[in-house]
Amino acid sequence: MSENHENTVRPIGAASDEWPLWEVFVRSSRGLSHVHAGSLHAPDATMAVRNARDLYTRRNEGTSVWVVPSEAVTASDPDAKGAYFESAQGKSYRHATYYTKSEGVKHL
Amino acid sequence: MTTQNSGLHAVAAAEPAEQAELDRAGQEHFDRIIAEDSRIEPRDWMPAAYRRTLVRQISQHAHSEIIGMQPEGNWISRAPSLKRKAILMAKVQDEAGHGLYLYSAAETLGTPRSELNQQLLDGRAKYSSIFNYPARTWADMGAIGWLVDGAAIANQVPLCRASYGPYGRAMVRICKEESFHQRQGWEILHELSHGTPAQKQMAQDAVNRFYGPSLQMFGPPDDDSPNSKQSMAWNIKRFSNDELRQRFVDMIVEQAAALDLTLPDPDLKWNEERGHYDYGPLDWDEFKAVVGGRGPCNLQRMQRRRQAHEDGAWVREAAAAYARRTAPERAPAELIGA
Ligand SMILES: [Fe+2]
Ligand SMILES: [Fe+2]
Repeated sequence: MSENHENTVRPIGAASDEWPLWEVFVRSSRGLSHVHAGSLHAPDATMAVRNARDLYTRRNEGTSVWVVPSEAVTASDPDAKGAYFESAQGKSYRHATYYTKSEGVKHL
Repeated sequence: MTTQNSGLHAVAAAEPAEQAELDRAGQEHFDRIIAEDSRIEPRDWMPAAYRRTLVRQISQHAHSEIIGMQPEGNWISRAPSLKRKAILMAKVQDEAGHGLYLYSAAETLGTPRSELNQQLLDGRAKYSSIFNYPARTWADMGAIGWLVDGAAIANQVPLCRASYGPYGRAMVRICKEESFHQRQGWEILHELSHGTPAQKQMAQDAVNRFYGPSLQMFGPPDDDSPNSKQSMAWNIKRFSNDELRQRFVDMIVEQAAALDLTLPDPDLKWNEERGHYDYGPLDWDEFKAVVGGRGPCNLQRMQRRRQAHEDGAWVREAAAAYARRTAPERAPAELIGA
């Protein structure tokens, strides 16, 4: 995949003056979690919050905004997705539907 | 930092020895995801050509939104009322937003924003040729909203299901905002076509000029669109250029009638057998000339974009300098109070 790597090489001079990247999370209304909305470039956290408000909440989409430096996000390994997330398979007893004897019994 | 290492913006790297095996497994996973009509996400393995196609398509799309601000931005100060100024400003601001959503989607594929921006400034990147036509009268704001944003919507709605997750999500956000754009344009034309004879003539003239170029926004005819097939196989594109164009024509015929305006096409008529409107040939030589840089406003649009970028340099430098100076006492955590 040498071609992919090409894409990640920054042009000379570009890296130094590019503002850092931030991930934006928006809480759409009280009682709900913040959800990832997208990303943006900003020189600092204050500007990132302001830009996030202008960019992602122009139509009452949010009551609160978080910004996180993209560099600070650690993700699970995408190549390990099978083994990493399938551990619950064979553990159907973790789900209420596993227990059938109580069928027809109310409020259980 | 030569690669973006965050979980959301990373490109997987591996030792050359493992590469062949990773590619094989990756291709298998990719093919399965596409066959299931599911979504590819930034950290998934993907064919180099898929990545390249997406970077090109998404960034061209972003550039179009950014350049697209110019014809309408020109009219903000001349809009006929405070209401229309406010509406036009909101629309132009939305277009800036669309550009930014799309740039951030393109960046997840590993090409930094500065590089995408530079491609536009250097004239290496293309943008939609429709924005190389001038906006001569106030009625053009109506025709652009109705026909240009209308064609954009017809193009973009199926892209909400594009196989690349960040692109699809950006398109969902954009499509939600576009319907206001089209309606405000249609309403401008409606007001003019129900005004004085001169106003009605102005509306008709704008429609006459934007009809053909807006139909060309769907791209060349299918038999002259070599990349479409691969894009459709990858579930990026869902319908062919001609299918989308036909769908658009079918929609605007009735909308034009409701405006009491005509569409400048003598061949336009209902075809009972096909269940669609037939329409006349489009001027593809003109299209190629405009795409090739020889449209009425290509030079002006590019000069304006470069000028705006240069004029903004001191702002970018000042903001960066301020951020450096205040960095220690400005921890991001402070701001997260929710
Ligand atoms: Fe837009
Ligand atoms: Fe628009």
